[in-house]
Amino acid sequence: MTVELGHFSLVLALVVALVQGTIPLLGAHRNDHDLMMVARTAAIAQMLLVGIAFAALVHAYMVSDFSVRSVVMNSNSLKPMLYKISGTWGNHEGSMLLWVLILAVFGGVLAWFGGSLPPALKARALAVQAWLAFGFYLFILLTSNPFERLVPPAVDGRGLNPLLQDPGLAFHPPFLYLGYVGFSMAFSFAIAALIEGRVDAAWARWVRPWTLVAWVFLTIGITLGAWWAYYELGWGGWWYWDPVENASFMPWLAGTALLHSAIVVEKRDALKGWTVFLAIVTFGLSLLGTFLVRSGVLTSVHAFAVDPARGVFILALLLIIIGGSFALFAWRGPSLKGGGLFQPISREGGLLLNNLLLSVAAAAVLVGTLYPLVYQAITDGKISVGPPFFNAVFVPLMAPLLVAMAVGPLLPWKRGDLSPALRRLWVAAVAVLGVTAVVWSQVTDMSLFGFLGMALAAWLLVGTLVELAGRIRLFRAPITDSLRRLARLPRSALGMTLAHAGLAIAIAGMAGAGAWKIERIQVMAPGDTVTVAGFTYTFEGAQPTRGPNYIATRGTFTVTRNGKPVATLEAEKRRYPVEKRETTEAAIHPTFWGDLYVVIGDQKNTDGAHVTRIYFNPMIGWLWAGVAVMVIGGAVSLSDRRHRVGAPSRRRADVFGGATARS
Amino acid sequence: MAWLAPSLAVEPDEVLADPTLESRARGISQGLRCLVCQNQSIDDSDAELARDLRLLVRERLVAGDDDQQVIDYIVSRYGDFVLLKPPFKLATLALWAAPAVILLVAGVAVFLYYRQSATAGGAEAAPAPLSQAEQQRLETILRDRDVSS
Repeated sequence: MTVELGHFSLVLALVVALVQGTIPLLGAHRNDHDLMMVARTAAIAQMLLVGIAFAALVHAYMVSDFSVRSVVMNSNSLKPMLYKISGTWGNHEGSMLLWVLILAVFGGVLAWFGGSLPPALKARALAVQAWLAFGFYLFILLTSNPFERLVPPAVDGRGLNPLLQDPGLAFHPPFLYLGYVGFSMAFSFAIAALIEGRVDAAWARWVRPWTLVAWVFLTIGITLGAWWAYYELGWGGWWYWDPVENASFMPWLAGTALLHSAIVVEKRDALKGWTVFLAIVTFGLSLLGTFLVRSGVLTSVHAFAVDPARGVFILALLLIIIGGSFALFAWRGPSLKGGGLFQPISREGGLLLNNLLLSVAAAAVLVGTLYPLVYQAITDGKISVGPPFFNAVFVPLMAPLLVAMAVGPLLPWKRGDLSPALRRLWVAAVAVLGVTAVVWSQVTDMSLFGFLGMALAAWLLVGTLVELAGRIRLFRAPITDSLRRLARLPRSALGMTLAHAGLAIAIAGMAGAGAWKIERIQVMAPGDTVTVAGFTYTFEGAQPTRGPNYIATRGTFTVTRNGKPVATLEAEKRRYPVEKRETTEAAIHPTFWGDLYVVIGDQKNTDGAHVTRIYFNPMIGWLWAGVAVMVIGGAVSLSDRRHRVGAPSRRRADVFGGATARS
Repeated sequence: MAWLAPSLAVEPDEVLADPTLESRARGISQGLRCLVCQNQSIDDSDAELARDLRLLVRERLVAGDDDQQVIDYIVSRYGDFVLLKPPFKLATLALWAAPAVILLVAGVAVFLYYRQSATAGGAEAAPAPLSQAEQQRLETILRDRDVSS
């Protein structure tokens, strides 16, 4: 019964979306307050209805209702409860339902808390949200219904890919979708602004926190995926420029650019058209990401044709949403004239450079990701565009960005001078030399990528701290005075410092792990020892063990350094009988300068000898820590008063572009 | 019963005794795609086919081929698809040129934006005079301030 209740709720949500997509628009056009207020009620109703639908599906997974097709295909009665629940979104149908749930929640939150917004802007933004929801509800109900029953019911389910049965990956899709769908808010505001023909500082102040929320979630989502790849796939890699990864990385790049261009709109009333355009592009790339991953088009253009209903539907949806928005932009965009002027060497100039490089990077990743598809469609031949291409393109674009990132925040608004800013960065230059010298003395493998990364990380980290020191007058005022200034610093400024410093730390991690990873592959009998990066590993033997839905071989290693014990590592190789798959569970011992990483492979002889892989992944922890600092920076910035309550009310009289408020 | 993921990437029995040869093999392997995987190199992949290719690369190296000869040999058997770094040729011109062209176009757009705002800069130096409504508002504000102080 609950399954039908969920199905019915979703249909009802479709109808509510239709109401929310039309009546408030009419209300905003006629300036009719009552009609506009329909949006609020409808958005909250949608949130509840989709919430019921999603809860019904989660319930079906939790109780293992094998009369539901989706549960049979993706679950199994033996799975631990966490993975029964995460299995809800570990498949196509369920993940699309999660997608619309998040969309409905964002809409509901906007309706509930958006009290300070001008009613017409809010009504229009919610109407745009409703149209997006309408398209996706139709997609789910017509082509990907998770509530479909199976007659007769199955005895048990087929299980979930064991690689996905992992805490990191259980929460990877929800965060990713919170990011993707979060950008729909910026998109809806952009479309609403185009309809109104008006973008101003207040508009940017509403868009910034929503974009920041989406950015924080997407950052977490992408990193969870990378972290999972690092510890689960078993060779210490974390990024492969895989099309699925690129699909999530493109909206991140565009969203990061949007985050910065919205600042220029807010502070200086410039780059308005560009910011609106970027909001459309960012969400467009989020949709493309969903499409690329969900349509099967990535495996092969021909796989797309295997299930044409879904692929064609979502492609049509994509074309309508993106094409329609660009058409609207082409029509209304030119009227969005900015007032603020600035020189290339200025804070705005720095932010524009950021936008230039990030957008080009996003475009290059897009070309690289889609090129094999287009190539195959046109010539029917196949080519691969892999890491060598992306590294060759991406690194030269990011290096100048990182150099400029330390300089930009030191420049004044409107017009500035480069030399005082550069003079303040002498400490950063010293840090670059120092770090390069230290790395030189430590490594035997001269990797240009590694040195470049470390130097850039040092430059950016120290440059960011120089900016902070300047703000709080560190060493130029008494220390108590500086501390007081630090406490009074606007949260958004502190957030920027944290986010930029976090990126610097993450870059150091990427460079270290990318350039100086050490790997040893060998057969080890119990008692054998291997020394990797100064750590001595002794294989103590392997025992069979079992988990709730798998059997495993667990190898034990003791690690010593200069005779002193460091850690005991237990690596597993698991076999999942239901899914007929094996996974490796690497044993990882993180240290400040790198992770000790051990993987156990097949048994080689009867005497208990096993294939073992032992890695030293230098600085990899810095990558995770750096991202954590970036995310904290985003959250701190989000807590800024001005983002929460400061969204100012526009002067009543000129809110509606000439139309006077009804009184 | 087909068990997926039977083993992991490079196995000890594949490793060549000569470390320079082995490190060349690893380098070549990282640029070759495991044909049945998604953008994974044969060096990273645990697929059976990747293992065959790894062994093939090492066989050729032991036979005395240089790196390019090994790659050419693999490409002659499996086509360009096996290369993770797409070759420079007519069909991939658009791919390799795209980032540079996009950067150029974007750079020109930014340049034009600055030039346009430079010519409009005169307007900023002498801001548009206040409209009558604005003038009245300004006076009201100033008057209110005088009263309150």
